[in-house]
Amino acid sequence: MDVKKIKIKAFPAEEFKDNDSLQAYIDELNAEGTNVIIGKLDEMINWGRANSLWPLAFATSCCGIEFMAAAAAHYDLARFGMEVTRNSPRQADVMIVAGTIVNKMAPLLRRVYDQMAEPKHVVAMGACSISGGPFTNSYCVINGVDKLIPVDVYVPGCPPRPESLFYGLLQLQRKVKADKFIQKKRIVRPYRPETLINPKTGEPIDMEVCLEPTPDTSIE
Amino acid sequence: METIKKIIAQAASDAVIEEAQRLTVTVPPKQLHPLMKALHDNEELPFDYLISLIGMDWGDKLGVIYLLSPSKDLTRELVVITATEDRGNPLLYSVTDLYETAHLNEREVYAMFGIRFINNPDMRPFLLDDTWNGFPLRKDYDTDPARNPVTVISSEVRDDVPRIMEDENGNLVESTTRVFEKDDYIINIGPQHPSTHGVMHFRTALNGELIKKIDVRSGYIHRGIEKLCESLTYPQILHLTDRLDYLSANINRHAVCMCVEKAVGIEVPPRAQYIRTIMDELNRISSHLLAFASHCNDLGATTAFIYGMREREHVLDIFDKTCGGRLIINQDVIGGVMFDIYPDFQKDVKAFIPYMRKRLKEYEVFFSKNPIALRRMVDVGYMSREDAITYGVTGPAGRGSGWSCDVRLHKPYALYEQVEFTEVIRTEGDSYARYLNRLDEIEQALQIIEQLIDNIPEGEIQGKVRPIIRIPEGRYFQSVETGKGEFTVFIESKGNKHPYRLKFRSPSMAAVSVMPLISEGEFLADFIGIGGSMDYVIPDIDR
Amino acid sequence: MNYKQPLELTGLIANLDAFFREHLSPFWASVVEGLLILIAIVALYAVIALALIYVERKITGFFQSRLGPNRLGKYGSIQSIADMIKILIKEIIHINRADRFLFYVAPFFVIGSSLMAFGAIPFGKGLQAVDFKMGVLYLIAVSSIGVLGVLLAGWSSNNKYSMLGAMRSGAQTISYELSAAFSLMTVVVLAGTMQLSEIVESQRYVWNIFNGHIPALVAFVIFLISGHAETNRGPFDLPEAEGELTAGYHTEYSGIQFGYYYLAEYLNMFIVAAIATTVFLGGWMPIQVHGWDGFNQVMWYIPSYVWFFGKTALLIFLSLWVRWTFPRLRIDILLNLEWKVLLPINLFNIVMMVITVLAGWTLTDLFPNLFGLA
Repeated sequence: MDVKKIKIKAFPAEEFKDNDSLQAYIDELNAEGTNVIIGKLDEMINWGRANSLWPLAFATSCCGIEFMAAAAAHYDLARFGMEVTRNSPRQADVMIVAGTIVNKMAPLLRRVYDQMAEPKHVVAMGACSISGGPFTNSYCVINGVDKLIPVDVYVPGCPPRPESLFYGLLQLQRKVKADKFIQKKRIVRPYRPETLINPKTGEPIDMEVCLEPTPDTSIE
Repeated sequence: METIKKIIAQAASDAVIEEAQRLTVTVPPKQLHPLMKALHDNEELPFDYLISLIGMDWGDKLGVIYLLSPSKDLTRELVVITATEDRGNPLLYSVTDLYETAHLNEREVYAMFGIRFINNPDMRPFLLDDTWNGFPLRKDYDTDPARNPVTVISSEVRDDVPRIMEDENGNLVESTTRVFEKDDYIINIGPQHPSTHGVMHFRTALNGELIKKIDVRSGYIHRGIEKLCESLTYPQILHLTDRLDYLSANINRHAVCMCVEKAVGIEVPPRAQYIRTIMDELNRISSHLLAFASHCNDLGATTAFIYGMREREHVLDIFDKTCGGRLIINQDVIGGVMFDIYPDFQKDVKAFIPYMRKRLKEYEVFFSKNPIALRRMVDVGYMSREDAITYGVTGPAGRGSGWSCDVRLHKPYALYEQVEFTEVIRTEGDSYARYLNRLDEIEQALQIIEQLIDNIPEGEIQGKVRPIIRIPEGRYFQSVETGKGEFTVFIESKGNKHPYRLKFRSPSMAAVSVMPLISEGEFLADFIGIGGSMDYVIPDIDR
Repeated sequence: MNYKQPLELTGLIANLDAFFREHLSPFWASVVEGLLILIAIVALYAVIALALIYVERKITGFFQSRLGPNRLGKYGSIQSIADMIKILIKEIIHINRADRFLFYVAPFFVIGSSLMAFGAIPFGKGLQAVDFKMGVLYLIAVSSIGVLGVLLAGWSSNNKYSMLGAMRSGAQTISYELSAAFSLMTVVVLAGTMQLSEIVESQRYVWNIFNGHIPALVAFVIFLISGHAETNRGPFDLPEAEGELTAGYHTEYSGIQFGYYYLAEYLNMFIVAAIATTVFLGGWMPIQVHGWDGFNQVMWYIPSYVWFFGKTALLIFLSLWVRWTFPRLRIDILLNLEWKVLLPINLFNIVMMVITVLAGWTLTDLFPNLFGLA
């Protein structure tokens, strides 16, 4: 499949930058060839998925305000069918990490990500969530959320303008449209394993075990 | 001033008084509490407003700087310093019995410097995790990330509260209590919650739908800005202040600029002063509009939220045309402003003023007089004037409780002496008063802009500034009125190009610290609404 | 007087019926017809829900000076289809420490109750699946099953937000059910029947809301308020209360289970509007004036289902308008409104209606000539 074939209404493929890396992603996905029937079905499902990305705003700071601005009247996220912000992670499709993530927030970010239902995507919005931004040198800032969770699209800026966020979300739409849903093929960028080590024991964390809820004693 | 000196001499025999930028008193730890009590309780000029509580590490000593002011005369400020030489187990006396705002501040000092406060009933570290190794703002802090590794494992929230109290005989007793009782029904509001205005964490014990008790936890966006600033030059610091209270970004920046300018003695050209003041007021409008919008959203009126955001875009458009930024505009620099105004600036601003007035009327019809909105705001979240002062709640919220605390009026800076505006004061002290205050302040801001917009003088926009700015040794304070309240910058310099210590007084922290008090016994739904009416910004608290 | 009704579906239905009766034994004919009706109703249910979701998003955009969805199809009209595909393939999360059985069953209560109520609504002339003698009672009874689903969802999720949401919902729905039922009873007093088809028929020349003038108007307003409250939509959206309880009782639901709640929410809005239309605004009956045959003929050219959906759409628009204008109520204000305001007014109103009917003060009693009853 050619990246040019992925159509986004009113945005020709040439107008997107970084077509090469998306093409590389598509090539990797299609390395084993495609079944035509499944391919068509995939196309339909991906059309639905791409056009109904309900965001969960994991907003911690300034970028959250720009996300709000993007959803408000002037920019209107609703045009792309994305205005249905779900506050429950269970019902959201794309988590927009808007703002700095610090050490104390890291477990919570991971937990919210784990609570989301598949297929799920992550957009890192703003310099802080990409790399730590202006706070890279701080003692308690995580230099990029991709250390904790896999990230699909990075939207640079400090904070990014709503237009940049839209561009990022459209790129995400293109990426979703390239996925192979039925064959369960979706390449996830690896995140740094060192965060998956238990600091107390020094052992790697088994996510399955770790996610067992702690016994709840409040309802009995 | 003489009376104050007399009071000081009476209460603390060992006090050393010196006249610097502010009157400064240094006392040994033992005499701190009597001195503060005397200052707080005297009848002539009660220093009942603790502006800022600043932890310090002077290398050999660890200490605290208190910046005090009488609530009825904000022009007088007094600095009280105390320090201990014991770096292993530093203990100082708490002033929480005098100033409620000290509770969270002392806990923050504990987390950052390891100083524990005797008689503070709750000595859990604030901002940082309980398990954090080391005290980051100490000069000898080991920044090795291996000491505090990043993990994705959630840790249990500890419920036990350590404290260290002095009994009648003067012995120190360490003990622990619990925050909540065993069978409390606790829900976590935050850190990731649609309406906490950021990542605040309120552990809330409920009695049915009523709030029984709230435990405030924060630090989920603690980025260590104060520590970062210690290794940055002054122009670099400006970029970090923008990201504290990002809704009043330009006003915060103004504070740091002024602090440095006053310390170094830089003259700011009049044109720059005009641009700064106009930009500050525009920024205040956008901040208040967002506060209005998110308050409405908290009360469930989504459309009002969108309307507030819609008007805000008009302000942002002006920012955008001036300097390319929307939220964070990098406009003020030390010595002046970075960008001159564009040719149509006056025209755009003048077009905005009547537009905004029309919209304010619309808000009144649409939301301020809506019967449901009235039921949700009137007599909800009552805060008395005394509470506002002791918790240090300033800004529209403090003025909603009848406390005249506008820095622009009492400690004028930039052009605020030349313009006429009324300080909006209401005495009801409820959510509705705070809400209306913000809308009225938008109107006042428009009036200020109207007075200035036609008189912008020609000339330079930047004064003469050396390429490397070094501040002479000393302590410098500068307050400004942001959208949220009094924002104070404190710089202690050793004569280098970096500050030795830099501290921001966060108006939002005061607003959050009063939340448990004013929302106790209210409905859960109103708790969210009260939060909206207090309008705090979490990165400003966590820094 | 028989009017020409070229677009009505009655003929088509009669033909179909005759066709089945001719080729199949009476038993099998009934079975096949029943199945067809079931399919038609489920299909209509889905279509209306999807359409409503789209319409709401567009109208919200209109109220909030935004555009709303506009990428898929003309004016974004197939946006809901994309959402539906997405929700269908979304993972259903199995929750540890939840009450599995109740957790999975709960959405079916909600969707089942709305589907059952939906089935009894007369959509047009001859377009009613079942015409119970006790139609109004049936609607009231069936629509109260939904709250069970909400309560179970909140209880079984083992989530405190869900629990609070469900408890709020329970208190709210049970309270407002009273008002809704009483206001419908007011009309039953006026119409003298509980059968929906007869209620529609009796409104041939004058709608109930006019026929019963003041008491009927009061009942109509109360029904709109309490019906709106029963659908759990703003300003009565306390069980979901996005700003407070993240997503309320369905916080833990994902994928199609959440989709059920989402669909049912919109459908309930439709059902409330449809009941109000049928009972107060003449249902599918076109506007007719006794004696004006030309005018009546023109009105009858517009098919009955268009009348029905038109009136319903008007009420839905009203409901959306309210939703996007008011801030959310608080639980105590909400219950006060019901128990201290609506219910007393309602009790008084029903007595007023009885008096009106017995004393012969309804419009049909006062001016029988006008409505061809003399």
